[in-house]
Amino acid sequence: MADEILVVAESRNQQLAPSTAEVVTAAQKLAADTGAELRLLALEGPAEDLCAALAGFQSAGVLRARHEALAAYSPEAYTQALVQVLSRRQPRYVLFAHSYRTRDFAPRLATRMGRAFISDVTAVRVENGRTIASRPMFEGRLAADTVFLGEPPYFLSVQIGVFRGDQAARAAAPVAISDEAVTPAAGPGKTEAPFQEAKHAVDLTQAAVIVAVGRGIKEAKNLELAQKLAAALGGEIAASRPICDSGWLPMDRQVGSSGQTVAPKLYVAVGVSGAIQHLVGMKGSRAVVAINKDPEAPIFEVADVGAVGDLFEIVPALTAEIEKLRQG
Amino acid sequence: MKILVCLKQVPAKDAPVKVASDGANAGKWIRDDVGYETNEPDAYALEEALRQKEAHGGEVVALTVGPARAAQVLREALAKGADRAVHVLGDDLAALDSYAAAEAISRAIAGQGFDLIFTGLQSADFGFGQTGVVLAELLGIPHSTIIMQVEPIAGGVRVKRELEGGFFQFQELPTPAVLTIQSGINKLRYATLMGIKQAKSKPLAQVTAADLGVTPALNRQAIQRLYVPVKTKKTEMLTGAPAQVAGQLAARLKNDLRVI
Ligand SMILES: Cc1cc2nc3c(=O)[nH]c(=O)nc-3n(C[C@H](O)[C@H](O)[C@H](O)COP(=O)(O)OP(=O)(O)OC[C@H]3O[C@@H](n4cnc5c(N)ncnc54)[C@H](O)[C@@H]3O)c2cc1C
Ligand SMILES: Nc1ncnc2c1ncn2[C@@H]1O[C@H](COP(=O)(O)O)[C@@H](O)[C@H]1O
Repeated sequence: MADEILVVAESRNQQLAPSTAEVVTAAQKLAADTGAELRLLALEGPAEDLCAALAGFQSAGVLRARHEALAAYSPEAYTQALVQVLSRRQPRYVLFAHSYRTRDFAPRLATRMGRAFISDVTAVRVENGRTIASRPMFEGRLAADTVFLGEPPYFLSVQIGVFRGDQAARAAAPVAISDEAVTPAAGPGKTEAPFQEAKHAVDLTQAAVIVAVGRGIKEAKNLELAQKLAAALGGEIAASRPICDSGWLPMDRQVGSSGQTVAPKLYVAVGVSGAIQHLVGMKGSRAVVAINKDPEAPIFEVADVGAVGDLFEIVPALTAEIEKLRQG
Repeated sequence: MKILVCLKQVPAKDAPVKVASDGANAGKWIRDDVGYETNEPDAYALEEALRQKEAHGGEVVALTVGPARAAQVLREALAKGADRAVHVLGDDLAALDSYAAAEAISRAIAGQGFDLIFTGLQSADFGFGQTGVVLAELLGIPHSTIIMQVEPIAGGVRVKRELEGGFFQFQELPTPAVLTIQSGINKLRYATLMGIKQAKSKPLAQVTAADLGVTPALNRQAIQRLYVPVKTKKTEMLTGAPAQVAGQLAARLKNDLRVI
């Protein structure tokens, strides 16, 4: 059954993670391009049901791998279950969302099967029979067309936020669900339930204007520049991860995949390069202004207005202009 | 505890990004004016290893796989307090994928009996985010990823994993194990003058990649073409004298975005 594309669904709180629909969109396109049959695979515990949701997408079928050892996620149980399914089905492609969970088990799975895993993919195409996956390098400042060396299955993880989940084709009637018998054993060790740190002191999700600083600010004492700009705009100050890692601002001011997701009326990015993990936290902003000395910085890709230059000159001048306009 | 830290030398964050457009090097990164530094999460991994040793005793070994220039990350690690270092050396090692890099590491440490192996969660250049987990599989030992806290317990470690969207999770696993360390797990130290002096007398072993049978021929994926991403969004770019740019920007904020 070599011409099959398998999408491995992801669960979150017993439900289908939204990123799964995005991967389905990517996989449906790949299926249309290659003529391969698309199937959606759920790994689940006895009390879970991801398949009913998966059956709503257009595909050649939903596969249910259900086992006690899959009730709680563990990289070893996932790897074993997938090795069993994939060894039987021999698909050409196996697609995941590039989530924290995929990062945790997919390299192990691909290595156990002696195959490559191309991670964080933004586009896949087939040219002269060769599969080419594009992925960011150097934190998005470069992109690389990457090919698989060796045999299928080709393992790919799709960057979150690139494909639109709401564009996944829906099935007219629920597609058939069939069982894939698996007998995984959980690995050693013990995993506790996810938790959140104490409630955030600031709720950036409610801010109308956010001024976010990145490493371009260079030193903690320079934060004042951005704070003044935020004050002039009546906004909140936020930051990229390295600023919070350095302790210059508290963690609850961090925007991005491991911080808060915000959607203000105006987001001003000051000295932020625009790595994907930052962008996913602010892409929904109504308007984005970026100030950066590097005209090629990826942040400009999501900016409505880009100011190219030295933030140490532009930010104070901008603050003064705004104050002038406010008074005038 | 005996801890191995894998450190990768990567182009500095402000390195110019230029890709050759023609000739034999078309689609390759021009690295002429590129400076190098230790991959950021790897610096945090080293710091965590040093803190574990200071609290509980043991040994910290720094390892890198790379060309001659990569020795710099090992000298810095020794100056910060690593006990010894291992350099897997070869001219073409910057072209290894994460599988081949993990092979190089696993072969270089065969039989050395580390209790913990720390890697960064992701490299800043290739950004595979895989080497640590592949290494754990090659060694046949458990792993845990994106770690924000490490605490030794009887027979193993208790770690705090970062999850998406501000969630975390505790996990206990037996040692030996591989942990991929996230930036921000601790506060980095600087090397002291004393440390830099002492580093000169610490052992820095070299193993050639050829002796380990490691070359880019082990790679399981290959870059066909490298390029600067094409912009698809129409961004209005303001350039010129800073005062002028600031003036234009303020006007846009007032008139179009109406936030003033
Ligand atoms: C699993 C994971 C989760 C992550 N989660 C997050 C997250 O939630 N949030 C987050 O932000 N990051 C996150 N990161 C890190 C992310 O990948 C980037 O490393 C980070 O966002 C980069 O921060 P930065 O833009 O401030 O720094 P840099 O990338 O160093 O960029 C600094 C920018 O400042 C510009 N600059 C420098 N000097 C000046 C000047 N004088 N004037 C104007 N511009 C200047 C430079 O041109 C550059 O573009 C995560 C990474 C991983 C792997
Ligand atoms: N050439 C190398 N030498 C030493 N460590 C490496 C090398 N390549 C990768 N690593 C380690 O593996 C981690 C993840 O890298 P990557 O899989 O490329 O994202 C890095 O943070 C390093 O700790």
